[in-house]
Amino acid sequence: MIDPKIDFRTKGVVMQKRRGSLKFIVSVATVSLLGLAHSASADTLRLLTWGGYAPENVVTLFEEETGNTVEVTKSNNEEMIAKLRATGGGGFDLVQPSQDRIAGPQAEFGIYKPIDLSKIDAAQFIPSMLEATKGNTTVDGEIYGVPHVWGTSGLVLDTTKAADVKDYTDLCNADVAGKVSYRLKRPTLIGFAFAMGMDPFAAYGDEAAYTDIMNKVEAKLIECKPNVKTYWGGGDELLNLVRSGEVVAAMAWDTGGWKLNADNPDITFVAPSSGALGWIDTFALPAKGKADDAAYAWINFVMQPKIAAMITEAAGNFTASKGADEFVSADLKARYQASFPPEAVDNIKWYPPVPAGLEAIEGGVLDRVKAAN
Amino acid sequence: MTPDLQCIDLTKRFGDTTAVSDVSFSVPPGSFFSILGPSGCGKTTIMRMIAGFLAPTSGDILIKGKSVLDVAPNRRPVNMVFQHLALFPMMNVADNIGYGLRRAGLPKRDITRKVGEVLERIGLPEIGRRRVDELSGGQKQRVAIARCMVLEPDLLLLDEPLGALDLKLRERMKIELKALQADFDTTFVYITHDQSEALVMSDQIAVMNQGRFEQMGTARDLYYRPETPFVAGFVGDSNRWSGRIERSDGGVLELRTEIGLLIRGTAQGRALGGGQSADIFVRPEAIRLSRKETELTSLDNHLKGHVTSLLFNAAASRVLVRDEGSAGEIEVALPQSGEFDDLAKGDVVHIGWSGEQANCFAAGAE
Amino acid sequence: MRDGTRLGFILLLTPLLLWLSLLIIIPHIDMFLVSLRERVGVGKYEISPANYLTFLQEPLYLWTFMRTAVMSVLATLITLIVGFPVAYYIAKMAKGRIQSLLFLLCLVPFWVSELVRTFGWMILLRETGVISSLLQYLGLIHGPVEMLYNDAAIMIGLVYTSMLFMVVPLISTLGSLDDAVIEAGYDLGGSGPSILWEIIIPHAMPGIVSGCIVVFMLSLGNYLTPTMLGGKDSLWFTELIYSQFIVRFNWELGAAFGFVLLILSSFIVWATLRLTGQTLEKTMG
Repeated sequence: MIDPKIDFRTKGVVMQKRRGSLKFIVSVATVSLLGLAHSASADTLRLLTWGGYAPENVVTLFEEETGNTVEVTKSNNEEMIAKLRATGGGGFDLVQPSQDRIAGPQAEFGIYKPIDLSKIDAAQFIPSMLEATKGNTTVDGEIYGVPHVWGTSGLVLDTTKAADVKDYTDLCNADVAGKVSYRLKRPTLIGFAFAMGMDPFAAYGDEAAYTDIMNKVEAKLIECKPNVKTYWGGGDELLNLVRSGEVVAAMAWDTGGWKLNADNPDITFVAPSSGALGWIDTFALPAKGKADDAAYAWINFVMQPKIAAMITEAAGNFTASKGADEFVSADLKARYQASFPPEAVDNIKWYPPVPAGLEAIEGGVLDRVKAAN
Repeated sequence: MTPDLQCIDLTKRFGDTTAVSDVSFSVPPGSFFSILGPSGCGKTTIMRMIAGFLAPTSGDILIKGKSVLDVAPNRRPVNMVFQHLALFPMMNVADNIGYGLRRAGLPKRDITRKVGEVLERIGLPEIGRRRVDELSGGQKQRVAIARCMVLEPDLLLLDEPLGALDLKLRERMKIELKALQADFDTTFVYITHDQSEALVMSDQIAVMNQGRFEQMGTARDLYYRPETPFVAGFVGDSNRWSGRIERSDGGVLELRTEIGLLIRGTAQGRALGGGQSADIFVRPEAIRLSRKETELTSLDNHLKGHVTSLLFNAAASRVLVRDEGSAGEIEVALPQSGEFDDLAKGDVVHIGWSGEQANCFAAGAE
Repeated sequence: MRDGTRLGFILLLTPLLLWLSLLIIIPHIDMFLVSLRERVGVGKYEISPANYLTFLQEPLYLWTFMRTAVMSVLATLITLIVGFPVAYYIAKMAKGRIQSLLFLLCLVPFWVSELVRTFGWMILLRETGVISSLLQYLGLIHGPVEMLYNDAAIMIGLVYTSMLFMVVPLISTLGSLDDAVIEAGYDLGGSGPSILWEIIIPHAMPGIVSGCIVVFMLSLGNYLTPTMLGGKDSLWFTELIYSQFIVRFNWELGAAFGFVLLILSSFIVWATLRLTGQTLEKTMG
C-alpha cells in the first residue's frame, strides 16, 4: 500500500478474499485431533479497514494460527460509516473508524455494538492511549472502541524551497504562492483554526462559538485560495504533486512526508508550531457483526508487539501496541524522531469525538470556500 | 447534329486491373442508348465516369460537344437514376423532386410549380406530400425519374433501375420507361445485365464484355447479326458447338463438331478457311421441329432424334432433342401453335435449320 | 399446453419484473421518501420539503446545478462536433481492416478504468507533464505551463470519456445511409454542406440524439473527471451529492439533490426529443 490514508477518490475499495481452504481444513483437523479446540468455531472475519492495516503477511499468520478466514475491504472513515449506515451496521464483523467518528454516528445511527473489554488483552495496549480512546468512544456508559493505529497530520515541506513555512497559515505566504496544496476537508479547517490561535476543540460543544471560529477560518481559506495549486483528493495525488516539485508545501499526513523523505531527503514531514493534529484509528464492532469471537481474536492477535510492528511497516504509522516500537525498522524510527522532537509530541492535538451536527457547519464552509473565486 | 454524349477512347484502370478499355461511342439526341453486359464488365464504371463520380484514366467525355472532365458531378448537365433509386428517405416526395431545384436556387413558387408539373407528367399528381417509404415500387421508380427530369438534364443515366422490381412490374416498367423517354424527349443512357430490358427499350445497344464494347447496334443487329461469339452467346439463347471446318465454299461452310455432327453454316463474311477450328451458334427458335422428315428436307441441316426433356415455360418453352447419330443434345424452341401440345418425352422428332441461321466464328475469337 | 406457455411467460417475465422493481422502482421510491425527511434532532425525522427548499434557497447549490447542466450540454456538443467527422470517416470512408482498426482505436481507452484514463490526462496536462515539457523543448513556451485544474481540462476529460458513446450510435446510423443517396445528392446539384445539412444529418438524427442523450447523462453523472481534472474551482453537482451522502452523513439532502438531478436529466432528454422531432423508440430502438 502506498498510503494508508487512501482517500475515496482512489477507490481503494479492493476486496481481498482469502480462502485458504486447505490450510483451514488442516488446521481444524489438527486442532480437533489434539483436543485443544480453544476456538472450535472457525469463522470468516469480514474486516472493513484502511489500506495497510491488514497486510497480507499478517492475515496469513492469523489464518494459520486461528483457522479463521479474513476478508479485507479497504475504505476510509466516511465510507465506513456510510456503508454501516446503509445496512444498519451489517455486512462486516470488524471496522476501524477513527476514534472521533464513533460516538456521534453511534448516537445518531446506532451502527456499532459495545466492546466486551474482558475479551481483550488490555496489557498489550499503551495504557494512556487505551484510556483516551475508551473515554472518547463512550456512549451511554458503553465503550465502543479500542485504539489500533495512530498518526498525525501536519505539513509536508520541501525544506529547501519552503523553509519559512512553520504553520498552516504560512501556506498563504506569497513566497510559496501557486505551490501549495491541502485537502478541502475538516482537518484543514481544524488545523487552520489552531494556527490562527483559536481552539476549535474547546468549542465543540458550543455551536455558536464553533460557527464563529469556522467563519474566521472560511475567510482565511478564501483569502488563501489564490495561493493553492489544487485541493488534493487522494494520497497518491499529493505524493505526485510534491515529488514532481509542482507543490513545495502541503498539509498532509506524516506517513506521506516520510515516504517522500525516503526518495528525496529535502522533503519531509514537519509538525506545525501550533501542533500536529493527532488521530487514532480504532477497532469497533458493527451492530450486526456475526463473528465477534474472530474479531476479538484479530484484535488480540494484531496487538502483539511483533505483529503490530509488521503493520507499522506496511502502513507507515505507529500502533497502540505496547513495546512494538523496538521491532520497527530503524529508518522509520529515525524519520519519526526527526519530525517529532519530544515537545512536538506533547503538542499533538488529539481529535475529540465529533458531536453530531458539526459536519453541517463545516460542510457549508467547505462548499463556500470551493465556490469562492 | 452534335451527339448528346460522346466518349472517346475512354479508359479506366484501378491499379493493375483495367475496368474500361478504349471505349468510344456517341449517343445522338433523343435516343435511348443501352450498355448491356454481364456484371463486372465495366458498364457501371463507364456510367460513373459520365456522371462524374470517377475520373477516367485517359480519354474524353463530351456532353453536347463539350468536354466535361473538369466539371464536378454536381455541375454536370447529367442526372442519374441509381440502382436502388436512392430517394431521400428523410424528405417527402415533393421535397425529393424539388431538391435539385432548391440547390439551383430557384424561387419557391417556381419550384412548387415545376414539381407539380413533373408529378402530373409521371401520372402521380397527388403524392407530393407522401413519405418515400409509403410509395409502391413502381411509384418510387417514377419519382426517381421525375426527380432527375425536373432539372431538364441533357442526359439521363439509368443504372439498372428495374433490378429490384418483381417480374410483372419490371415488364410494365420497361414499357413505361420507354414511354417516359419519348415523352420527355431526353437522351437516356441505360445500363443493364438484363438483355430483355435492353432489347425492348433501346434504340442502340452496346454489348460490353471485359471492359470493351463487343458490338454496337440495334436490337435486331445484335440478335440477327452478332459479330462476335460473345454477342452471339450473350444476346438471346444459342446452341453452341465447337469443331473444325471441313469445307469452305463461297461463304457456305461445313463444320464437323467434336461429337461428330456435321453442320452447315455461314461465316457472315468473316474469313474462315478449311481446317480451322471454329464455334457455331444456332438459336433454338431458328430450329424447326417436325414429326415428319419430309417437311424439313429443304433445310441445309436436318437430323432425327428423340425428346429427352420438355422445359415448359409458356412462350419460351424448350425441347431438348438427342441426335440419333452423334448423341449430342440440341435445344429447340417449342412452337406454341398447338401442333406439339401432346409432345412427350421419348417421342421421335425431326429437326432442321437453314445454313443462314448457323453462325460460325473462328475459335478463340472471344 | 396452455398452462405450459403461461408458466413459460411468467418465468420469462419474472427477471424483468424483479429488475424493474428491485433495482429501479423501489430504490427510487425509497430515495424519494428519504429526500422528504427532515432531521429535527438526534435520530428524529419529520416529513417536510425542507431539503428541496434548502436546494432552492442556497445560491451555491443552484449555481453548481446550473453550471453542471451547462457544462454537460457544452461537453455533449463538443463531443458531437468532434465525434461526427470521426464516425463519418469510420462509417463511410474507411474500408475493411482500416475500418475495424479505427473502430478498435475508439474502444481502446475503455480497456482501462476511468481512473487510469483520468490519471493519463493528468500526466499529459500537468505543469511538469508531457505537453508542457514538449512545448518547452520545442521552444514554444518559456517556463512550465499549467494546463490542469481548470474547466478546459474538465471539458477535455469529459469529451474523451464520452467519445465512444457518441461515435458508436453515429457509426451505426451513418453506416445505414446508402452511399448512393449521398451521390444522388451530388448528382442533383447538391454541394458538400447542403448534403451534410439536408441529407446526412437528417438521416443520422436518431444516432445524434441517442448519442447526445447518453453523453449528456454520462457527463452530468460523472464524478471522477470533474473532481480530478477540475482542481480548486471545479464544482460539479455529483460532488455535492457525494459529499452530502458520504462526508456530511446528510442522506436527506443528498437524496433531494439526486432527485433534482433526475428531474433535470429527464427534462433535458424530453426537450431534446421534442426539439429534434425524435421519439424514444426511434433513437433507442
